[in-house]
Amino acid sequence: MQFFTDNFPLLRDAFLTTLGLSLLAGLLALVLGTVLAAMRVSPIPPLRGLATFYVETFRNTPLTVVFFFIVFGLPQIDFVVSFFVGAVLSVGLYTAAFVAEALRSGINSVGPGQAEAARAIGLTFGQSLREVVLPQAFRTVVPPLGNVWIAMVKNTSIAAGFATTELAATLPRLANANAGDILLILLAVVVGYMLITVPSAYGIHRIERRVAILR
Amino acid sequence: MTERPTGEPLVRLSGVNKWYGELHVLQDIDLSIDRGEVVVVIGPSGSGKSTLCRTINRLEGIESGEITIDGQRLPEEGKELARLRADVGMVFQSFNLFAHKTILENVTLGPIKVRKQSKADAEKRARELLDRVGVGHQADKVPAQLSGGQQQRVAIARALAMDPKVMLFDEPTSALDPEMINEVLDVMTSLARDGMTMVVVTHEMGFARRAANRVVFMDAGRIVESAVPETFFTAPSSDRAKDFLSKILNH
Ligand SMILES: Nc1ncnc2c1ncn2[C@@H]1O[C@H](COP(=O)(O)OP(=O)(O)O)[C@@H](O)[C@H]1O
Ligand SMILES: [Mg+2]
Repeated sequence: MQFFTDNFPLLRDAFLTTLGLSLLAGLLALVLGTVLAAMRVSPIPPLRGLATFYVETFRNTPLTVVFFFIVFGLPQIDFVVSFFVGAVLSVGLYTAAFVAEALRSGINSVGPGQAEAARAIGLTFGQSLREVVLPQAFRTVVPPLGNVWIAMVKNTSIAAGFATTELAATLPRLANANAGDILLILLAVVVGYMLITVPSAYGIHRIERRVAILR
Repeated sequence: MTERPTGEPLVRLSGVNKWYGELHVLQDIDLSIDRGEVVVVIGPSGSGKSTLCRTINRLEGIESGEITIDGQRLPEEGKELARLRADVGMVFQSFNLFAHKTILENVTLGPIKVRKQSKADAEKRARELLDRVGVGHQADKVPAQLSGGQQQRVAIARALAMDPKVMLFDEPTSALDPEMINEVLDVMTSLARDGMTMVVVTHEMGFARRAANRVVFMDAGRIVESAVPETFFTAPSSDRAKDFLSKILNH
């Protein structure tokens, strides 16, 4: 127990950093991912092309490379951000591609007749999406979006390699100082992640049931 | 029966051509539909009937030619097009009711969002229309709880709620069990009697005889024949129409 009381402030701060990083990156990913998904199904070809380019680029680039680009590449063109903001941007921009894909498959799962009927009564493209397609797509995307969220929480650990002291970054640091307590250290870090992911999984399950009953 | 009001036709297609890749799906289509006229479109599967319907409210674009509604050329895209579509009601083979909305909400969505009516006004009118098509007591259910015939009648009410100038029906009874076909055709017949301008793709000859001013026969992307129903069914002039009629009459 001595180990925990000694290192509690470090672990707590690291946990809060992981949590903050996850929430901010998640918000960025959700907003940007929704815009990208709307662009991908829009009737305007350049918008579709741009969104497809974005999604394919980020989906096929390792997150570490994205971090490297944001943290070390952007300063080359005089765009300097703090390490924490760099981590938020990296994880958020990267995850947005996966959010967009999850949303797009949800949109595609809504039969084309629904959007057609919406347009046929005179709704604009935006109105059709908002009033008819997205509310139905939302049902099918809750589980995949949940998976994206949980994967993202774990992906924030890459920030450890880029000077952000989040949960995973405490591992080598604590292990050096407390060589005999490796298992305890691992346990502490894993519990830290689970404090975020387990309630998330429960929340996702609740939402899933809510929207199912709505039907 | 052939007596029609004079003046500009309500819907006019002139020299319309459309391709799906290599397939020339609509070929030099000329068709004028007057106010209050009911036109039945008939023809073999794949002849382009649905495509014709869908070009009239520009759910499908065309490569050449011109389509006007009430003298106004169809806009390309965007808000203008949306406004024009609001004036053209469409009823689909597969109903396409909004699955996540109640029957009442299905009917009020357009009037509220497009016509900017108040919710109370839209609901009052929606209930009248639902009563008119005989599903007033189902207003609070969701589409999946209704039979096909009921859903299609709701779809008609949804289109009517926009006070359209013209209504398009694409095989509205083809997906229905036989016992439900008449309940839908009866609603359509009464609409026709009330003077609604209608384009109806259907093989229901009883309906065509009863309600149509004109039958248009399509084959392979062309309008092959256009005649009053009695003439078309008893003395078609083209061989292709004769051939087609003999097939549908024999089963
Ligand atoms: N979206 C599409 N893409 C490619 N071909 C299509 C499409 N829609 C219809 N077609 C083809 O166009 C032809 C006419 O179709 P359609 O208008 O649905 O005929 P009908 O309603 O008379 O049965 C058919 O050969 C059909 O396969
Ligand atoms: Mg068809």
